[in-house]
Amino acid sequence: MTNSIAELEKDADCIFLIGTNTTENHPVIGMKIKKNVLYNKAKLIVADPRNIDLADYADVYMQHKPGTDVALLNGMMNVIINENLMDREFIENNTEGYEEMKQVVEKYTPEYASQITGVPAEDIIKAARLYAKADAASLCYAMGLTQHSTGTDNVKSCCNLAMLTGNIGRPGTGVNPLRGQNNVQGACDMGALPVVFTAYQKVIDEAPRSKFEAAWGVKLPDKNGLTLTAAINKAHEGEIKALYVMGENPMVSDPDLAHVEEALQNLEFLVVQDIFLTETAKFADVVLPAASFAEKEGTFTNTERRVQRVRKAVDPPGQAREDWKIIGDLASRMGYPMKYSSSEEIFEEIRQLTPSYAGMNYKRLEGRGLVWPCPAEDHPGTPYLHKDGKFTRGKGLFSPVEFIAPAENPDEEYPLILTTGRSLYHYHTGTMTRRSAALDKHVPENWVEISPVLAEKLKIADGERVKLATRRGSIELKALVTDGIAENVVFTLFHFAEAAANTLTNADALDPVAGIPEYKVCAARLEKII
Amino acid sequence: MIKEMRIVLRNADKIDPQNISDYIAAGGYKALEKARNMKPEDIISEVKKSNLRGRGGAGFNAGLKWSFVPQSETKYVVCNLDEGEPGTYKDRTIVEKDPHTLLEGMAICGHAIGSNKGFIYCRGEYPYIVEHLNHAIAQAKEEGVLGEFDIEVRMGGGAYVCGEETALIESIEGHRGEPRFKPPFPGVEGLWQKPTVVNNVETLANLPEIITRGAEWYSSIGSSTYPGTKVLTLSGDIVNKICIEVPTDTTIREVIYEFGGGIRGGKKLKAVQIGGTSGAFIPASMIDIPIDFDSMRNAGFTLGTGAVFVMDETRDIVDVVTRIAKFFEHESCGKCNPCREGTFRCYEIMKKINQGRASSDDLEKLQLLGRVMSKACLCGLGQAAPGPILTTLQHFRHEYERKLFLS
Amino acid sequence: MVTLTINGREIQVPPGTTILEACKMNGIEIPTLCHDEDLRLAGSCRMCIVEAKGRPLLVASCVTPAEQGMEIETESPAVVEARKVILELLLARHKLECHTCEKNGDCRLQDYCYKYGVKDSRFAEGGSPKYPITDPNPFIERDYEKCIMCTRCVRACEEITVARAINVQGRGHNAKIATVFDGNLADSPCVFCGQCVMVCPVGALSSKVSAGIGRPSDIDKRVLTTCTYCGTGCTLELNVKNNRVVGVSSNRDEEWSPVNKGALCVKGRFGWDFVNSPERLTAPLIKDNGEFREASWDEALDYIAEKLANIKTAYGPDAFAFFSSARATNEENYLAQKFTRAVMGTNNIDHCARL
Repeated sequence: MTNSIAELEKDADCIFLIGTNTTENHPVIGMKIKKNVLYNKAKLIVADPRNIDLADYADVYMQHKPGTDVALLNGMMNVIINENLMDREFIENNTEGYEEMKQVVEKYTPEYASQITGVPAEDIIKAARLYAKADAASLCYAMGLTQHSTGTDNVKSCCNLAMLTGNIGRPGTGVNPLRGQNNVQGACDMGALPVVFTAYQKVIDEAPRSKFEAAWGVKLPDKNGLTLTAAINKAHEGEIKALYVMGENPMVSDPDLAHVEEALQNLEFLVVQDIFLTETAKFADVVLPAASFAEKEGTFTNTERRVQRVRKAVDPPGQAREDWKIIGDLASRMGYPMKYSSSEEIFEEIRQLTPSYAGMNYKRLEGRGLVWPCPAEDHPGTPYLHKDGKFTRGKGLFSPVEFIAPAENPDEEYPLILTTGRSLYHYHTGTMTRRSAALDKHVPENWVEISPVLAEKLKIADGERVKLATRRGSIELKALVTDGIAENVVFTLFHFAEAAANTLTNADALDPVAGIPEYKVCAARLEKII
Repeated sequence: MIKEMRIVLRNADKIDPQNISDYIAAGGYKALEKARNMKPEDIISEVKKSNLRGRGGAGFNAGLKWSFVPQSETKYVVCNLDEGEPGTYKDRTIVEKDPHTLLEGMAICGHAIGSNKGFIYCRGEYPYIVEHLNHAIAQAKEEGVLGEFDIEVRMGGGAYVCGEETALIESIEGHRGEPRFKPPFPGVEGLWQKPTVVNNVETLANLPEIITRGAEWYSSIGSSTYPGTKVLTLSGDIVNKICIEVPTDTTIREVIYEFGGGIRGGKKLKAVQIGGTSGAFIPASMIDIPIDFDSMRNAGFTLGTGAVFVMDETRDIVDVVTRIAKFFEHESCGKCNPCREGTFRCYEIMKKINQGRASSDDLEKLQLLGRVMSKACLCGLGQAAPGPILTTLQHFRHEYERKLFLS
Repeated sequence: MVTLTINGREIQVPPGTTILEACKMNGIEIPTLCHDEDLRLAGSCRMCIVEAKGRPLLVASCVTPAEQGMEIETESPAVVEARKVILELLLARHKLECHTCEKNGDCRLQDYCYKYGVKDSRFAEGGSPKYPITDPNPFIERDYEKCIMCTRCVRACEEITVARAINVQGRGHNAKIATVFDGNLADSPCVFCGQCVMVCPVGALSSKVSAGIGRPSDIDKRVLTTCTYCGTGCTLELNVKNNRVVGVSSNRDEEWSPVNKGALCVKGRFGWDFVNSPERLTAPLIKDNGEFREASWDEALDYIAEKLANIKTAYGPDAFAFFSSARATNEENYLAQKFTRAVMGTNNIDHCARL
């Protein structure tokens, strides 16, 4: 997030949610948004293929066709430019590339955008005006926007919209990805990515690499590594021989599980380090028992870049150990001593090499934590980025973005659009929540949401078991008839290994830049089980 | 023979209440016209000077109440027609017989405080009054006599507590009828958090004549500290069960024996309860006091709404009070602890006494409970609910003691 | 500043301060049941009443602003008498099951009865309404025979979670907290966040997940930490008894719970028991002939070290990939990439950021 969570409750007077079912996936943020809308009369715009809970609170709700985000956002920008609602001063002083972007946006009249997205033109106009006229408009998105073959384009369009209206660099504004996992921000910050060290220092750049080489005392590889999805493909092709999986469960979370299974089978050596014997761990050659969050010290970084302490409450069960101890021990056995006596000692090393964390230490993180960038020990942290329109690269760059249709579209054989997501009651691959008795009792099985029209057409009753199929495979699950979804769209959850949504999803459709799979759109078929 | 003095009921039975021309012919809406030519602050000071005090039961100087209203773009005038006190039917009578006096009074109040929106909150049991009022409002709008001032009638759902001004406001807003704590008072933060003057029908209906005839005239009528007239409704063991309007220096005795025609069947008076269900029970020996607010209060009683409920010598006080306790147990909204639980336990103990199962301990409990409720409850309902119990324990204790199990 | 006297002591407070706040600032304890700093004022429990000289009624200190020259007595005979009667009235409707109650030892009603010496209620003779426990949801126990109608749950639901699932239903003594049409929570807009449990001052609302394994009053410690679920980063307290997590509670101090101020969602509040799952891995496992067998750390790590070294030698560093975790700590992610880059010599490290 460029801005902080608290601003959504207090400072934003317009909130635009696109591709985020906030009350289910970030419930406490959802509460704050509702509060702001209900009690401070902030305006709310919701764009989502499903009529999510927050749509009921929205001033404008746009039920766009999955995968048409760029067209929708371009349509809004078209209105803003034509009605002269943009922030000329901000564009002039703080951005570049406006004319090129404007040229592309020109053809996305509300009517044209409406044709592509299925959203009435007047709603696009209304949303554009609300967002542009607000004193402080905050745009929030989540995986509904990014898990597309055009995920990067979608995000760029959001940035265009925010810059066009000067909604960046002030409290209550910003482009705010709501990140799905407790420490996904931290894992990225720490360089658990194939192209960067900590704090996004590029591995292909000489300077940071030398810095890390000096600190770590070894020569480091200078070419980019493989993303997770690419690594699975390479394992499938036989180029990756050994895989070490720490606290991940690709056998539920990754696209096209049949493909993932083949890839894992193809490995010479698989190590899985986890707190449970996950679906992935079953394929492992060695399984290492790890400590849960309740059993270790450390830090997590949340979606607003706030680094907070994790504290040990109980001992790990049996011989289970903290992940950091295991890795350190293994490295030492492989001839590279990593003798850390505490997570704090590791953190001290991190801050030496990570400019945005440089000012943090465990003592300072007690209580409120710190929001990066925090470059020095006397720095208070940075609740919102790009203050006064100052961007990291200097001026903010508009990117001309054309609408590109999703990779896989409905056809005769697979006439429906399948989109996937989460439930309030479960988390990711269900490793933890499905072993939490109350949560699993409350939501024990997967379902597919279908519209009443589709239910009528296929003669499917609410609660009936159905077969959901794509070109990759099929699962059997319960039908949930709801008027919150468009006629040709179906939705299912990905938490359930026994009816795994990712059996169905497409591993071939990846965003060319980010490598993110297109979980939110694939062609599917629904059948009654007779 | 003492006679009635009619101010709010001046047109009663003389004009056709359904016909606005009758009201206008009788001089109606002239006071509003006069008020419109006055500065708002002059109206307020005139009303203040008249010493018109709230006729709903609290007896607060109406002009003074208005003067507390702060500057605000939106303000409201709310007329309390939630006439829920058993035995009270004065507001209904006023509105039935002369609705325009109320409308004119509200418009005068609106002009004085700078409000152009009024609400009449009408008791749920008076659906025909709602129709009657809407008819009158429509006529007034057609005649254009109300000018910019708009009046809307809202109907209650039958809860006694909605006669309490903040519960009434909650109800108009569409919430549960529960009182708010004060401060802030409605005058500062009322309907939809806007300054709101809530006045009783009778209070508002006095305004046209006060504006027409002046504060001096009004303040010279009746008792000096609570001048004017009071509309009383007589019920119970009395010959004439009627609605009368008398100067406030009239005594209870005069009300019962002159206007009420005395006790039915030639029996003796045992007690009279004035002011509604929560009113004190006044023993026959104490009825020589004037009915005005202060004289009543000084004697430990209340004027309340002006209901006069007469009980003859054959009445069982404990039985009557038990029924009253049941009423409060039923009407407590449940918001505050002492009222919600207290009214329930009062009724329980009263039943026990009434059925002859109680001991003197129960009387002590009742006394304690009543004392705490009257001091600690959130709103007037709970504070007043033990009134009948406490006053009868004081003046009719022997009737309780007679029913005790061990006596 | 406003000057007033409380219990004979002259104090000064800023205008707009309530009497309750003024007392608090000066270390004078006032009992409250319906008051909650984060919620709209109700002024309804009447426990905080105090005596203000010259006023005929006792005033509720939580909603009454301190005024110049006020003379307040917080424990006068009239105040104490009223508080005792209110406590007795509440006791008369409150199911006394302290010995099995989840809130035993952490119950406001219990605390105040203790303080004012209220052993029993003189008003309980006529019994009280019966509300059988029927809601089958797996998260929140709703025992309305223990409810004291403070409405903190209603306000928390409306003002913190904005779910508006519950409200007061009925009037007077029959008033109770209910969902619309008095159904189960699962059939209402309830999202099972448990904010109602968080604010309940008595045992009317409690966690079913913690039931029977550790009351707030007998846990060993509360460990402040960050939630392991979504990216919001809510602060929560793990309740520990005998080296076991037995529940989650809220820290409502913004200085310690900066993101959520104690508010949680259903996963954070009720989804912690996986930590104690019998399915937890407790020893390293090595697969032999398709079957896992337990191994020592030494054996497992030496085996991995050897295999990885061999693969690196045979196929080069890029034949190795590491999937790190968005659930693990920063320190662990740092070590994972350091291991991958410095020990294995490849940049093939990623995690599920995109999934």
